[in-house]
Amino acid sequence: MLKYISRRLSYTFLVLTLISLVVFLIFALLPADPAALTCGKSCNPQVIEANRRRLGLDVSVWQQWWRFIVGLFQGRTYGEAEALIECPAPAFGYSFNRHECVTKIIAGAFPITLSLALGAFVMWLTIGVTLGVLAARFKGKFVDRASTVFVLIGTSLPTFISGILILLFVVIKFNLVNPLELGDWANPFTDPIGWLKAFFFPCLTLALAYAASYTRFTRSNVLETSSEDYIRTARAKGLSEKVVLRKHTLRAALAPIVTIAGLDFAALLGGAIITEGIYNLAGLGRLSIRAVLVDYDLPIILATTLFAATFVVVMNLIVDILYALIDPRVRVG
Amino acid sequence: MANILELENLSKYFTTTGGGAFSRRKGVVKAVDGVNLTVAEGETVGLVGESGCGKTTVGRTVIKLYEPTAGKIIFEGEDITKYSRSKMKPLRSKMQMIFQDPFASLNPRKTVGSIIQSAFDIHDVKPVGGSEKEIGNLLERVGLNPEHINRFPHEFSGGQRQRIGIARALALKPKLIVADEPVSALDVSIQAQVVNLLDDLQEELKLSYLFIAHDLSVVQHISDRVVVMYLGKVMEEATTQDLFTNPRHPYTKALLSAVPIPDPIIERKRERIILKGDLPSPMNPPSGCVFNTRCWKATDICRTTAPQVLQISPKHSLACHFPE
Amino acid sequence: MKPFLEVKDLSVAFPTPDGLVKAADGISFELNQGETLAIVGESGSGKSVTNLAIMGLHNRAKTQISGSVNINLPDRSIDVISSTEDEVRKLRGSAISMIFQDPMSSLHPYYSVGDQISEAWRIYNKGSKSDGIKRATEMIDLVGIPDAAKRVREFPHQFSGGMRQRVMIAMALVNNPKLIIADEPTTALDVTVQSQIIQLLRDMQKEFNMAILLVTHDLGVVAEVADRVCVMYAGKIVEQAKVDEIYYRPAQPYTVGLLQSIPRVDQLQGKRLNAIQGQPPSLINLPKGCSFAERCEFKKHVAGNLCTEVAPALEEKADQHFARCHLSAAQIQDLAMAAK
Repeated sequence: MLKYISRRLSYTFLVLTLISLVVFLIFALLPADPAALTCGKSCNPQVIEANRRRLGLDVSVWQQWWRFIVGLFQGRTYGEAEALIECPAPAFGYSFNRHECVTKIIAGAFPITLSLALGAFVMWLTIGVTLGVLAARFKGKFVDRASTVFVLIGTSLPTFISGILILLFVVIKFNLVNPLELGDWANPFTDPIGWLKAFFFPCLTLALAYAASYTRFTRSNVLETSSEDYIRTARAKGLSEKVVLRKHTLRAALAPIVTIAGLDFAALLGGAIITEGIYNLAGLGRLSIRAVLVDYDLPIILATTLFAATFVVVMNLIVDILYALIDPRVRVG
Repeated sequence: MANILELENLSKYFTTTGGGAFSRRKGVVKAVDGVNLTVAEGETVGLVGESGCGKTTVGRTVIKLYEPTAGKIIFEGEDITKYSRSKMKPLRSKMQMIFQDPFASLNPRKTVGSIIQSAFDIHDVKPVGGSEKEIGNLLERVGLNPEHINRFPHEFSGGQRQRIGIARALALKPKLIVADEPVSALDVSIQAQVVNLLDDLQEELKLSYLFIAHDLSVVQHISDRVVVMYLGKVMEEATTQDLFTNPRHPYTKALLSAVPIPDPIIERKRERIILKGDLPSPMNPPSGCVFNTRCWKATDICRTTAPQVLQISPKHSLACHFPE
Repeated sequence: MKPFLEVKDLSVAFPTPDGLVKAADGISFELNQGETLAIVGESGSGKSVTNLAIMGLHNRAKTQISGSVNINLPDRSIDVISSTEDEVRKLRGSAISMIFQDPMSSLHPYYSVGDQISEAWRIYNKGSKSDGIKRATEMIDLVGIPDAAKRVREFPHQFSGGMRQRVMIAMALVNNPKLIIADEPTTALDVTVQSQIIQLLRDMQKEFNMAILLVTHDLGVVAEVADRVCVMYAGKIVEQAKVDEIYYRPAQPYTVGLLQSIPRVDQLQGKRLNAIQGQPPSLINLPKGCSFAERCEFKKHVAGNLCTEVAPALEEKADQHFARCHLSAAQIQDLAMAAK
């Protein structure tokens, strides 16, 4: 088992390094000249050159990449003699647009995205798995049929529709949250009510779509597992239906859900663009969209891409380890 | 009588990667290791053994579904070992395979007629009188109703599906048929029907069979000669008569002793040889004679040296240091 | 002493969109402790359905079951068919255990072997987890798996086929059942392993005086272990007798056909096998009259259309030898001789 984990860890490091390189290369190959873009209206070649030096773009791509990597561990200094800016480790870059270390910007946006992702995760797992198990257990009966309707609606409604619908017809109509305060950050540990007010409905919006497909997935998994021979053996041993379901069926049926849920969660950590937009949450999603569409703020784009990629890769590792813990057959070698 | 098939020292190894890109711990499964076998024209050679003995791999390597790792395959006097796919193509019509699972080996989305038709299409064969008539003939020959030519596999029973598989194998008028456990998945009363059919077809069409099975009773009935395999190697080879009445290899003896006989009085009187232990993993075969871990006669030499092949009589050979 | 298991007139049917599938019809037999009864049949004969009915493992909502299955314990008798699910459940794993055909798929892949055996034990015995593992280790050792203390923590996929079946047997025996139902226990195993498992079952039977209900299609295995045999065809018992009677004096054409159609390692037959023509009938549209009539070679010796019009009843043809046929036992034996 330990061998398995250490092997996967080494892969993870390798992949992360590769990703950082690939992302760097992509940006290096972009037609736009970042130096020119930092300029603004009063632009002339000298300013652009100066900016290029300031941004550290005057060296080769490899060197840029290497400096970036070093910066992640040691912190980095940006700018030039008169205007030196120090960004402490991990230094993801410096946004000349906003005049701030990117790390700080991300640190500000991340808790919001984390709250959204985590809240939605808990919600969709609870709803999805519970409903799926009930639908399988009472196959053909009302619960099952109701769940089918739910699945249909959930998977058909995109978040920008369901989000707006919820916003208009629930939040605003019943005045649950002051529209002017929508998206205000509240620390969940010091101000739980405030946090709930800010995040309950966004999480719900996000959760609905996932809950629907998890319901369907759980249901079919549970049904399939129920017809396995080892479930018949469990009954033949004299176990009650409840114990059979809980200990035998669910453990086998829910294992694949662990994998998928982990990966879905990881993807959300990069930012839920639409939901954040609708509810005015200043999370990573909004940050990256702004950086791409409005500001063309390369350091931020670079950082958020890497940040999101890291989560996915790390989550892959965690999920693989978890799966090995659940399913002993995977632990070979 | 010429030999339609000759296997000389045939080996097929599978590599397994036990480890990732960083730890190159490769394992090798010697599924088939130095097998010598011949099938004469019009003969049925039974290939028997338990799981992991390599008999299925031999069958698939013979028709080149797998590329051999070493050794030679000589078909009708031609050395086809290194033949590429394109060179094999014209020969494929002469050697066909029947598979074990009648439920899995027919494409469920194609009608029976089109399954057999594809055999004609692949080899560009245009039967005299039209393909539909020929397909009808084939179905009749295997005991099915030619009017069912447009039915789908799921509309047939297991035994009937196996017959369809046989019809398909016969479509191109092969000389050699490799039958891989053709009756194991069938009910007992249907097994007899299909075995009889195979017998009849052999007589009528002068076919040669390589009959791979684990059921010794069936093999005994249909084969002229039998080859016994264990963990990739041939243990004993003899005519059916000789092997079943006078087995000389301890493994063959144990195997025969383990087969239950449908006769209570005989069963009660029988002396059973019960082998101890389990089949070793093909990934880790024992050194020396592969059977030594379970053989009651094993001595040091068995554990260190692989036995040479002893020719006891012209058609009876075995690989053992201490034949019975 | 009353027989441990008394099956009377058991019938199991499944309603399907295409009609009612009469999987088992009027099954009756008895089984005493220490005895082995073999139920022989091919697919569709109803043998597995009968098995599951004895354990009460059918889905009551989707199955029509009638008749009685009496389990005669020392202190009380329970009819599986008419009792509640709870009452029947208390029999499973304690008084009656079952072993299945494919030990790989019949063991939970995620739990260790020891955990699964321990679970079976702890349903009926008060004990901690470590007590359970101790008991599991004893059982694994009992069924002949070497290195039991180490292997008890391993998972099913780490065992070979034969070893897994031993684990299943260990699990089935952990609560000292009086009856073991073995559903094709050796079909998926290699023949040398098969003989080990059969030997194990016989040893266990002797040690614990258990009854064994063996369901199989392998007539060789039946000859090896059975005391009595029931032959099933198309959902009905067509012959029932002591093992020697069945093999040497069969009184039903299907039995005769089966025995003559199987090749034997000790008889070098050069000639064709005496195969039974045709196929088993559909269980939804069972023919009027005898279900075996359309495949029967001896039908022509019965006057008129009796075979296709009237379904024969299960009658006692000789001492404790029952068969379902319009012909007499003597007639059948003569015809069987001639057919050879």
